[in-house]
Amino acid sequence: MALGRTYAVALVGMRAHLVEVEAHLAASIPAFSLVGLPDTALSEARDRVRAAVVCAGLTWPNRRITVNLSPATLPKSGSGFDLAVAVSVLAGAGLLEAGRAAPVVHLGELGLDGRLRPVRGVLPAVAGAVAAGRSCVVVPSANADEARLVPGADIRPADHLAQVAAWYGAEVEVPDVMAVADTTVSPVTLPEADLADVLGQDEARRGLEVAAAGGHHLLLVGPPGTGKTMLAQRLPGLLPDLDADASIEVTAVHSVAGTFDAAQGLVRRPPFEDPHHTATPAAIVGGGSGVARPGAASRAHHGVLFLDEAPHFAAAVLQSLRQPLEHGELVLHRSAGAARYPARFQLVMAANPCPCGRFAGKGVDCTCRAEARRRYFARLSGPLLDRVDLQLEVPLPRSAVAPGESSRQVAGRVCAARDRARARLGGTRWRTNSEVPGPWLRGHMGRKDPVATELAHAVDRQWLSLRGADRVLRVAWTIADLAGAEHPSAEHLGEAMVLRTRAGVL
Amino acid sequence: MAADHLEAAGLEVLDRNWRCTHGELDLVASDGCELVVVEVKTRRSTAFGTPAEAVTWRKLARLRRLAAAWLSAHDEHPQSVRIDVVAVTVPRRGGPQVEHLKGVA
Repeated sequence: MALGRTYAVALVGMRAHLVEVEAHLAASIPAFSLVGLPDTALSEARDRVRAAVVCAGLTWPNRRITVNLSPATLPKSGSGFDLAVAVSVLAGAGLLEAGRAAPVVHLGELGLDGRLRPVRGVLPAVAGAVAAGRSCVVVPSANADEARLVPGADIRPADHLAQVAAWYGAEVEVPDVMAVADTTVSPVTLPEADLADVLGQDEARRGLEVAAAGGHHLLLVGPPGTGKTMLAQRLPGLLPDLDADASIEVTAVHSVAGTFDAAQGLVRRPPFEDPHHTATPAAIVGGGSGVARPGAASRAHHGVLFLDEAPHFAAAVLQSLRQPLEHGELVLHRSAGAARYPARFQLVMAANPCPCGRFAGKGVDCTCRAEARRRYFARLSGPLLDRVDLQLEVPLPRSAVAPGESSRQVAGRVCAARDRARARLGGTRWRTNSEVPGPWLRGHMGRKDPVATELAHAVDRQWLSLRGADRVLRVAWTIADLAGAEHPSAEHLGEAMVLRTRAGVL
Repeated sequence: MAADHLEAAGLEVLDRNWRCTHGELDLVASDGCELVVVEVKTRRSTAFGTPAEAVTWRKLARLRRLAAAWLSAHDEHPQSVRIDVVAVTVPRRGGPQVEHLKGVA
């Protein structure tokens, strides 16, 4: 019986499923059918594979070929199955040793000339294959660097189908071709800007430091030209490097999104995403037909999502951020299945104080009516603003102010504060103060604590809502961590209240 | 030659080049209690595809119609009907190659 089999990997979002690719060759009218819920790109594999096999110098079997991708009920998409389909057909035709090809996972798109082209999502695919117990993976050489990032994987990079066939004992001449280069457009990585570039704005710098130390979401409000955008862009520079798990997660998201440059290895720095304010919900949370691809919110996983001119974003976009802010992940349902992407980002929003942007200080220059000002911020308020722990006013700076501390100095303090927080939160699933729920924080302080008393006092006088009190407490803990204190003091609480307060709004 | 090949394979050839208004059947044979309608395709080279590839779905549909016409014209009552293709390649040098594809439709 002419049967060939091998393995490939199907990605649904970030989840990898091992797919068994079987080819049956029947002595009948020559035909080639591909079954197992392929999408259009995958159906076209038939034509690519046929041309590639002939161009590789092998004979295309003159049989009725049925290729099945099992589990047959899982929708499969993309061109990454080409190599596995070709290998299974050749194995079924007896052109190579079927037993040697069967246990190997094959990933890669085939060119008509038989060359192997790189595909997206190799990192999660290889990780999935290794997790399923198939550690030997053939990948296009352009993806080899990315595939090697997976621990425990036995990666075999290949340039050409003939090369792969020759490994399995096919009698074929391996052409001397130039490998197809990786065509991924690597995101433009600007050198991380230094905080010393920001003149003045001592309060805002302090707020940024607290936000970095505690992972708190941040809103910056100020007139144009005061450095809101500069400040936000310098936040990633204050954050520590990603740890090993986070690094792999972030790299996998960027691999699926097609924005990962394998030459630079795992993504170790927190990513920074600043979508334009005309972005659609699909661009932010992810979208696309079939299985949705990750959007800016997921690409900012473990990093910073910066919304400049936040009130100008469409209401639907701002609302769509509520789910990731709450759960730290996005579940996108499309026809071909639900994709689950992580999206635990630090949200930074910048806004002008009013539509004309001049409502600063006493607001004498402002030409906006009070109603227009209110409506401007009404778009942000509600559930979204509820989750923003720090709201800072960025005033117009005075001239000739001395440059402040550099990013390196501040990052040192941030790192120390994060270490303290982690030590305290050891044994829980939280890593930063911003993730910790209020009851836990209150429980670790004691009811008699002067800070607790003061907070209760503020709530009783209706200066703070109960939720606002929790938020102030979280920030106070971060300030205490920065100061190296065991417990937040009344002074820390006072500063937290100031950082929470924007124009008297608590 | 195709008929020889079939008989060597143990089939009994019943009819050759049978014509009716719908078209022509190359060979009709019986394999035990099964009626076999055979299409013979010959090619000099495979430069434009193998002979078997030249049998299209439209051709197969016509063979099915012709098989029904043959049965109604003859006093044969087989249990089942099968369509085979005999692909013959006649290269310039060397002997012809015959391939028998059973039950193609």
